[in-house]
Amino acid sequence: MENIIQFVYIASASLFILSLKWMSEIKTSRWGNWAGTAGMALAILATLLKPEIHGYLWIAIGIVIGASIGTPMAMLMPMTAVPQRTALSHAFGALAAGIVGSAEYFLHGSNLSMPQRIVLCIEVLLGFLTFTGSLLAFGKLQEIIPTRPILYPGRNLVSLSVFAFSLFLIAYLVIKGGSHPFLFGSIVCLSLLFGILLVLPIGGADMPTVISILNAYAGLSSSFMGFLLNNKLLIIAGALDGSSGLILSIQMCKAMNRSFTNVLFGGVGQVLEVADPSRDGKIVKSLSPKEASILFEAAKKVVVVPGYGMAAAQAQHVVKELTDVLENRNIEVKFAIHPVAGRMPGHMNVLLAEADVPYDKLVEMEEINPLFPETDIVLVVGANDITNPAARKNPGSPLYGMPILDVDKAKQILFIKRSMSTGFAGIDNDLFYSPKTIMLFGDAKKVLNELLISINSN
Amino acid sequence: MTLNDWITNLYIFVLASFLGLELIRNVSRLLHTPLMSLTNAISSISLVGSLALTGEGDKTWVIVLGTIAIIASSINAVGGFLITDRILKMFRKSK
Repeated sequence: MENIIQFVYIASASLFILSLKWMSEIKTSRWGNWAGTAGMALAILATLLKPEIHGYLWIAIGIVIGASIGTPMAMLMPMTAVPQRTALSHAFGALAAGIVGSAEYFLHGSNLSMPQRIVLCIEVLLGFLTFTGSLLAFGKLQEIIPTRPILYPGRNLVSLSVFAFSLFLIAYLVIKGGSHPFLFGSIVCLSLLFGILLVLPIGGADMPTVISILNAYAGLSSSFMGFLLNNKLLIIAGALDGSSGLILSIQMCKAMNRSFTNVLFGGVGQVLEVADPSRDGKIVKSLSPKEASILFEAAKKVVVVPGYGMAAAQAQHVVKELTDVLENRNIEVKFAIHPVAGRMPGHMNVLLAEADVPYDKLVEMEEINPLFPETDIVLVVGANDITNPAARKNPGSPLYGMPILDVDKAKQILFIKRSMSTGFAGIDNDLFYSPKTIMLFGDAKKVLNELLISINSN
Repeated sequence: MTLNDWITNLYIFVLASFLGLELIRNVSRLLHTPLMSLTNAISSISLVGSLALTGEGDKTWVIVLGTIAIIASSINAVGGFLITDRILKMFRKSK
């Protein structure tokens, strides 16, 4: 029986690997998801075949309750909430890992070998810190907690001390052996605390990177559980998950041109310049949507730059309608997707796909940047920092070095914004004052609608 | 577990990690959001640990904790795979 279980686990692991492989392209991506689901189902079935298992009732109850909470969570929440749903889901998964590790300790504590104690402690540490960290990330994204980084003097020292202390306790526990419930309990509490301290100073804008890192930790935690329970499937699945989280975090940091450590410990995303004194005396040109619609008469190529503002205003459907109207007039419309637009990598793509925008219109930053000089109109919908030329020119700017969309190279730029307020980085955008730029103030949905109606009636 | 078991497991971990890096590197940026929700779902593999814990357990506190862990993992798994499918269904090409 044990052999059968192992063979099924191997099939399950193969399915997980195929799942990730098939996610590399849109054509095969849905198969990827099905493979993952099948892999998980097989893993569950195989585990239930274990002869040591004699109680199935609570397992069934647990799965049913879990499924009935998970299903509405996935099916009912709006697409704009995908980042926070992912964070919340992480929290649950990590909680489970932490619980399993803790239960194993309290059950078998004195019988564990030293290597087993090591992996168990690391697994529990990762599990519980990911639990609280993910909950906090969820809170920040859902804006239940203030999104600005919460800083206090000496915060890095405090976090590191908590972490160091927990490592010290773990080392003590591992070397001492035996069963020490209070000591273990302290380690759990420290892990929970550390998760909070880790995520607290990070601003809402950096949450996508944080979620990726937490994903990696959750994966690692599962891997370590695999070492503890001598379960190779856990090790493999956890490692796949961990690598995925790691790569995505690194890619995101590169896209923002900030180092890993800067994101984790830097406290960026706070308002560094309260009021830009150089703004005084600078004028912006603004028009009503009706007036701006005339500009489209002579346009042949339009690029839309979506940002978090589009998501917040739920304007993606109106964007699609506008695109259709423009295309009916033989205007070519493309979408410039910056890697960190929105709250999660690929966030804009998902929202636009939801609005039925075909994905071949979505062009990544590196491919669309060379096309801006020949673009007649750039329509920036709720994006800000990703278009700011200060990132290129101004070494003093917090954005400096971040790759941006070369929107300033286009012939005309229309910015749809609610007001002159700053974006996540808290700084003013030089592009607003360019002679090529016209501001359209208002809620994205409303402005786009009016633009749409005006263009149609022209 | 013998030392041999640990070593074998370590081999597997290292291989799987490198494999993971290679697989993820090739995922199109367009798909990063569903990728995150998919890997989130896969990380719920810790469900396997919860199943063993609850199923083998005799004491009440083990069963209670185990069931909580199963509920949490199931939320993670079911939610993750469903949302990924929901997202992927939406992508279409121009006609």
